[in-house]
Amino acid sequence: MIAELGHFALTLALVLALVQSVVPLVGAQRGRGAWMQLGRQAAWSLMGLCTIALISLIHAYALSDFSVRNVAENSHTMKPLLYKITGTWGNHEGSMLLWVWMLALWGVLVAQAAKSLPAAFQSRVIAVQGMIAAGFLMFLLFTSNPFLRLDPAPAEGLGLNPVLQDLALAVHPPLLYMGYVGFSVAFCFAIAALLDKKIDRHWATVLRPWVLAAWAFLTGGIALGSVWAYYELGWGGFWFWDPVENAALMPWLAGTALLHSVAVLEKRDTLKNWTIFLAILTFSLSLLGTFLVRSGVLTSVHAFAVDPARGVFILVLLALATGGALFLYALRAPYIRGVKQFTPFSRETVLLLNNVFLFAAAATVFMGTLYPLFMSALQLGAVSVGTPYYMATLAPMLAPFALLMGAAPAVVWRAGNPRVTMRRLLLPALATLALCLFLILFAVPQKPFLWLSIFAGVWILTALLQDMARKTGGFKSFRYLPLSYYGMLVAHAGFALVIIGAAAATQMTTEKILVMQTDDRISVAGYDIRLDSQHTGTGWNYNVDRITFEVVPQDGARAFRMVPEKRWYPVASRMTSEAALHLAGMDILYIVLGDNEENNRSRWVVRIYHHPLIGLLFLGAGMIAFGGLLSLGTRRARKPAEGVV
Amino acid sequence: MKKKQRLYFILFVLGCLGVAVGLSLYALRDNISFFYSPKEIAAYRSANDPRIAAGKTFRLGGLVKTGTVVKDGAVVRFTVTDGAADMDVEYHGIVPDLFREGQGVVAMGSLSDGGVFAADELLAKHDENYMPPEVARALQQAHEDGVKSMREYAAPVTGDAP
Repeated sequence: MIAELGHFALTLALVLALVQSVVPLVGAQRGRGAWMQLGRQAAWSLMGLCTIALISLIHAYALSDFSVRNVAENSHTMKPLLYKITGTWGNHEGSMLLWVWMLALWGVLVAQAAKSLPAAFQSRVIAVQGMIAAGFLMFLLFTSNPFLRLDPAPAEGLGLNPVLQDLALAVHPPLLYMGYVGFSVAFCFAIAALLDKKIDRHWATVLRPWVLAAWAFLTGGIALGSVWAYYELGWGGFWFWDPVENAALMPWLAGTALLHSVAVLEKRDTLKNWTIFLAILTFSLSLLGTFLVRSGVLTSVHAFAVDPARGVFILVLLALATGGALFLYALRAPYIRGVKQFTPFSRETVLLLNNVFLFAAAATVFMGTLYPLFMSALQLGAVSVGTPYYMATLAPMLAPFALLMGAAPAVVWRAGNPRVTMRRLLLPALATLALCLFLILFAVPQKPFLWLSIFAGVWILTALLQDMARKTGGFKSFRYLPLSYYGMLVAHAGFALVIIGAAAATQMTTEKILVMQTDDRISVAGYDIRLDSQHTGTGWNYNVDRITFEVVPQDGARAFRMVPEKRWYPVASRMTSEAALHLAGMDILYIVLGDNEENNRSRWVVRIYHHPLIGLLFLGAGMIAFGGLLSLGTRRARKPAEGVV
Repeated sequence: MKKKQRLYFILFVLGCLGVAVGLSLYALRDNISFFYSPKEIAAYRSANDPRIAAGKTFRLGGLVKTGTVVKDGAVVRFTVTDGAADMDVEYHGIVPDLFREGQGVVAMGSLSDGGVFAADELLAKHDENYMPPEVARALQQAHEDGVKSMREYAAPVTGDAP
């Protein structure tokens, strides 16, 4: 009964979304107040209906109602309640429902936030939001309905994938989707501006917190996914250039560019066309990401929905949204003109260059991700593009990008003075050189990419420090600077840490694979590791082998224990490895178990990694997301951002 | 002045994009890896095809042949099959949790001088129901070819076939 309620709510939501996408638009065109008003009410009702649908599905999952096909295929009574509930969006249909629900949520928020903008503009934003919602509701109802019944209902469900029973993985998709879907606001703003043939600084002021919020969510989602892959998959890696990771990285790169170009538009009333283009691009890449993940066209550890109808449907949605938007852009862009002049040496120029690099990076990732698709479409063979490609293309961009990033805060808006800027940057430049010379001569192995990354990171950090010292009068008065400034500091510093952490963890890593039994010893990266004892036990719904290692640091620090596990889930008949991690400063020691030998069960294949400075990577990623949220708190941004954070 | 500036800027952007595309294409040429099934490898090998020359990295996919997995300390040896041909694989490291006999597998590596495929990486999967698309295609292809050749051989003797 509850499932039918959810199904009915979704159908009603589709009708409402269609109304929402037409009536306010016509109202705005003809100047009818009542028609425009309808849009806001429709957005609220749409949100209500989607909430009912989502709660219905969560209800079915929580009670393990296997007469609902989706629940029967993806859940199991033996799961802990928490993972039953998070399992709602751990599958294709449920995750698309979550996607639509979030779209409705952002729709309501944006309807509130756009209040300071003209009524006609508001109505157009709401109408475009309605169109996107209608498209995805159709997708949901026609190709991936989560509420279909199964008759007779099975006694037990099929879904007990133990790898997916994890908190980070339960939070990772909602965060990622909040980011993806959040960029729809920028898209709607861009379309409405094109319809209006008008775009000004106020437009940017209202839009900026929305871009910030979506971007911060996306950053958090990507970071959590990376953390999860690191500790759960047991490969000791944090980024695999997997197509689905790239699918999230592309909108992130475009969104980062958008964030900066909106800032330029707000401050200098220029880069209008470019900002609109980026807004369209960012959301299109979000849709592309959804398509890549949901269609199963690419070989990927994530691809699980291999139904051609779904892929075609999303591809059509993508073509309509992107194609329609770009067509409108081509028609209307000539009417939109920047007023202010660009001066060659100014903050806006630096930010424009930043945009060029981010755009180029997004294009590079795009090529690498879709190249296998083109090759197979043209019958040229099945290929895959991996890490070497991305290193070869993105690494050369890093140096100039980081150089600009460090320098940007020292260059003033409008008309910068090269000599003053040079003087400001002299100290950080010298400090970077000195520190890096020291590192290269005494501390760090001689690898070009490692050097480059350390240079880049240290330069950004010292330049930020210098800038902060200057703007706070030598760290005395912190209160007079807007929160967005501190947000920038935190996010940029986070980026610097990510570069350093990623380079150190990949280039200076130590890895040992060996067979060990009780009392065997091995030394890895300054740790003496001894296999202390082996235990067998049972957990919530699994049997477990716990192997205890005693680790003694050679530098005389206190000894500690690490306990990796090998779990066997009898119901799912699945094996998982739980790695043991030890954080020492910013370094991580990582032990994961392989199989034990068939003829001697107490001899284990053991893989031990030492990843120096990898903690910086995760800390930095968190700082980038936090920096985005911090910027939201600025007074200028506070009003429209209500209810977001 | 303004027009000139804009021109410079556009030239600069085009230059950047050009460099980026150039770098990308160059990187793509050297850094992609092809996927071959055991059947294709067998064909290339008999033709001495440079695509699978010793040391050249590519991906191999198929099913782990039942009864062939041998673990020797941290080294695992097994045979990958697509039904039409077999390929021996050697891997030094920890196999993914979902690695099992009879399951699909994708291995990245190269042929050693001895003709054994030395894998640097075994692709792990989230889900036991998931089959890598290339593996599915390769198996399908091998199956279709098998059926076709059976029909061809079978045609003259239809009368005697049970």
